[in-house]
Amino acid sequence: MQQIIIRAEQVEKYYAQPSENRIQVISPTDLSISEGEIVALLGPSGSGKSTLLRMLTGLSTPSAGQVYWHEKPVSEAQVNVAIVFQSFALFPWLTVVENVEAPLKARGMEPAERRKRALKMLDTVGLDGFQAAYPKELSGGMRQRVGFARALVVEPEVLFMDEPFSALDVLTAENLRSELLELWQNKTIPTRSIFIVTHNIEEAVLLADRIIVLGRNPGHVRTDFKVALAHPRERKAAAFTQLVDYIYKVLTQPEAKPPALPLTPEGKPVRDQRQMHYQMLPHARPGGIAGLLEILLDHNGKDDIYRLADDLAFEIDDLLPIVDAAQLLGFLKVTEGDAAITPTGAEYANSEILRQKELFRIAAVENVLLLRQIVRAIEAKSDKTVPEEFFHDMLDEQFSEDETLRQLETAINWGRYAELFDFDASRRRFIRSEKDESESTVGPKVQA
Amino acid sequence: MIQLPDSFSYVRGRETLARSQVLKRSWPFVLDLCVAGIGLACFYAVVQLARYWFGHPLPEITISLSPRAIPRYAFYSIVRIWLAYALSLFFAIVYGYTAAYNPRIEALMIAGLDILQSIPVLSFLPGVMLAMVALFPTRQLGVEMGAILLIFTGQVWNMAFSFYSSLKSIPRELREAATIYRFSPWQRLIELELPYSAIGLVWNSIVSVAGGWFFLMACEMFVLGPRDFRLPGLGSYLQTAASTGNGTAITWGLITMIAIIVATDQLVWRPVIAWSDKFKFEQVETSSRVHSPLLHLFQHSRALRTLRQHTIQPIAESVYQRLADNRRRIAAAATPMDSETRARHERWNAILRLVVLLLVVAGVLYAALHALSLLRAVRSSEVIEILKGALATFLRVNTALLLASAWTIPAGVAIGFHPRLARIAQPLAQIAASVPATALFPVVLLALIRIGGGLGTGSILLMMLGTQWYILFNVIAGAMAIPTDLREVATLFQFTAVQRWKTLILPGIFPYLITGLVTASGGAWNASIIAEYFRLKNQTLQTVGLGAVISAASDSGKFQILLLATIVMAGMVVTINRLLWRPLYRLAETRYKVGA
Repeated sequence: MQQIIIRAEQVEKYYAQPSENRIQVISPTDLSISEGEIVALLGPSGSGKSTLLRMLTGLSTPSAGQVYWHEKPVSEAQVNVAIVFQSFALFPWLTVVENVEAPLKARGMEPAERRKRALKMLDTVGLDGFQAAYPKELSGGMRQRVGFARALVVEPEVLFMDEPFSALDVLTAENLRSELLELWQNKTIPTRSIFIVTHNIEEAVLLADRIIVLGRNPGHVRTDFKVALAHPRERKAAAFTQLVDYIYKVLTQPEAKPPALPLTPEGKPVRDQRQMHYQMLPHARPGGIAGLLEILLDHNGKDDIYRLADDLAFEIDDLLPIVDAAQLLGFLKVTEGDAAITPTGAEYANSEILRQKELFRIAAVENVLLLRQIVRAIEAKSDKTVPEEFFHDMLDEQFSEDETLRQLETAINWGRYAELFDFDASRRRFIRSEKDESESTVGPKVQA
Repeated sequence: MIQLPDSFSYVRGRETLARSQVLKRSWPFVLDLCVAGIGLACFYAVVQLARYWFGHPLPEITISLSPRAIPRYAFYSIVRIWLAYALSLFFAIVYGYTAAYNPRIEALMIAGLDILQSIPVLSFLPGVMLAMVALFPTRQLGVEMGAILLIFTGQVWNMAFSFYSSLKSIPRELREAATIYRFSPWQRLIELELPYSAIGLVWNSIVSVAGGWFFLMACEMFVLGPRDFRLPGLGSYLQTAASTGNGTAITWGLITMIAIIVATDQLVWRPVIAWSDKFKFEQVETSSRVHSPLLHLFQHSRALRTLRQHTIQPIAESVYQRLADNRRRIAAAATPMDSETRARHERWNAILRLVVLLLVVAGVLYAALHALSLLRAVRSSEVIEILKGALATFLRVNTALLLASAWTIPAGVAIGFHPRLARIAQPLAQIAASVPATALFPVVLLALIRIGGGLGTGSILLMMLGTQWYILFNVIAGAMAIPTDLREVATLFQFTAVQRWKTLILPGIFPYLITGLVTASGGAWNASIIAEYFRLKNQTLQTVGLGAVISAASDSGKFQILLLATIVMAGMVVTINRLLWRPLYRLAETRYKVGA
């Protein structure tokens, strides 16, 4: 039984609202990181991966629950971890070697000793000769190498990485990944475990010994399993593709059993966003939805989502919102990781633009509560306009401020495309769209 | 003001938006009330001090007009400016740091900044001068301190705000890196916070020092009734020269003034700007960099390097080691507090905070109420004078702004659109702009009187002189920022002149124009205090205006009128800020911003 280094016990993150509602970002979660393993945390955007990472490192405090470092609470223990950041987080006014030395300086090491260690680490990551350069003279891949050197120079017990390769081009990322694996396997670095947060499924399967998949709304662990593939792992090997496919299935499957709701101190279940009535609009543009459906038609109406993503060279974060949106509107159906186009979807993909708008309009009004309400509110007023703030306040109860703004933006996009309404950006008001009455043969009947 | 590389424009935009965002969150009226209360309390303190020493007799000071005296006077003026600047920089960093890291008082501190920046500094001149003279035994030191303190008040607020907004906009990941790698607060300040704010601080320092000259000249000429507070310096030199009509002395004085400005520009600002390029946060090498031979000299001088290695570095190293040792010792010795002791500590802290707060509030209320009671002595006829003056000055400020815009907007657009014209015109404009208007004023006024004008037009002229450059330079920057492809569209579709101005030029320069107008407006209100009431050749010229009321009140020692008039002026400036400029800023940020 390997030793557990970091253990999170029932950690939660939520924001309390003035009303009784709570915006739950992460529901009570247990997680542990043991010695000798690379753990990958996978999840779509909004699942709280970065928040969870920051709670595990001690950077942010959980709203409830406790994180333990070698069985001591993390707030009291001297935690020895390092983080490699997505945007590299290098100080532009320090040279490469000064950037790497900075943590050693913080620990009070002598200048000569610091320099020796920093140079040795730069050599290990392959940046020998660049010590006097400034970060702005380096390419992205080299900057991330500096990030690695800085993280490893303090000899952390656990190395955390927050989407370290997503800001790099594909070839550089591939290169760095294999170098990291080499350092790990040859035990060149004294790090005892690695925790990587990523939204790239292939990356997770390539690197990790253990994969944790998060769901969202609110963030929770959907599955946690060990990867038994031997290194070096081939992308095209059967076992590899099967595993990636399985993960796609997990991610696209609607929740079989929603995780339990937390209880308030009085014992009543907390009202969180799943019980409130607005569904979370996936952030996809109508153009993207149309494009996806046309591609599906080309593939005979049904395709494996993994293969689709591969063909389009999309990441989950890019593809899933479009798939979710199309499913919400009834244009396709997802079963077991496969996306199948519905008859309405097929009609949509085959129509020309005006008919497409009409079909979109019907589908949107039928399936999206927010859009229905906006149209109804506009019709109900004598001047046929409604201020945006009205809906902002309603959504604010359920979503965080950022998410509310994004939801409104998506709703406005869909509404304008479908000619359900128009939006005056300078006055921030929804106004009735000036449709030619003769063109609308099928006006949507707005039901209560 | 010198040629600024493009990196500065994003700093400015960030600041104005950050300011409006912070204040949107708080309750402006309540905060303003608090700040007003504190302001009144301070005023009361100052007046008490001044009253106590009012009868103290002071010796006369003579200003020599020979050219040989100029270097000495110039030296005094320079020393005053730089002492005040050093004081402002230190205070600005402390203030910004405290505001950024103390959420409890943050809103109050920022609202205070906003108001303090709008209050015309020169209205404090009499009070501060009297107080400082009272505080220091030897008269010379007192007046010097008064001048330095007044310049400080003019310089510190924009630097404090710049530092604060830089601190607030440090990218999250840089902050997290500093935390996870266990940076001590000191290391974080030196290696993260100060470098990140460097560019904003440099830009604001340039503006502050330029403004400092404006106030210094006014201070050096300052005479309060029968008492002469003049200081030996360039300002008093120029004023004496103008009073006696000594043409050669005036010329020498102006030449020295310009020489100092140009020298500061080349020897100080240019190397600093070239050095601050290192702190630019965009991670791309740009081609438009400022070069400075002086900086090159400093960076490659072996003597300086050895000096650094043997003095600064060992000290810095020992500081870091001591801090790291301290932290280790604290961590090792720390016994985890159980929840009971922790709760007890919390309770004591809360009680202590409450007690301190109550004492401060009591003190402020007491002083503020006493200050307000001064106002009861004001007669209603005087109130009417003040209101009439307020209206007159308001009209004058707006006339000055309109007249200034009338020539600066076309000129600025022309210069901005034609780089060849810019190359000739900009250096000329910069030299003209850097001569402090207050130094020129006696000269200009003398000339005006000779052709038969009065202080009525003279004050408008002075306001224009002092503030038109803000508008001009901002319009130039705005015109340069209009993307060339938009201009090409206008040419391609053969826009008429009216169309060009209405659809392309005016909306394009709108954000910059607003920035320029706001600064100019503030400067004009400030200038009204000397422009509307001036002592020349032992006679006092004055005109109807709020500035005149303020100056006259300080001249005759009627502090209650001074207080009321200052309140009215501050109130008007702040109200105009809130009602006019802030909505325009918001419009500029949303509708008129070019680019995403």
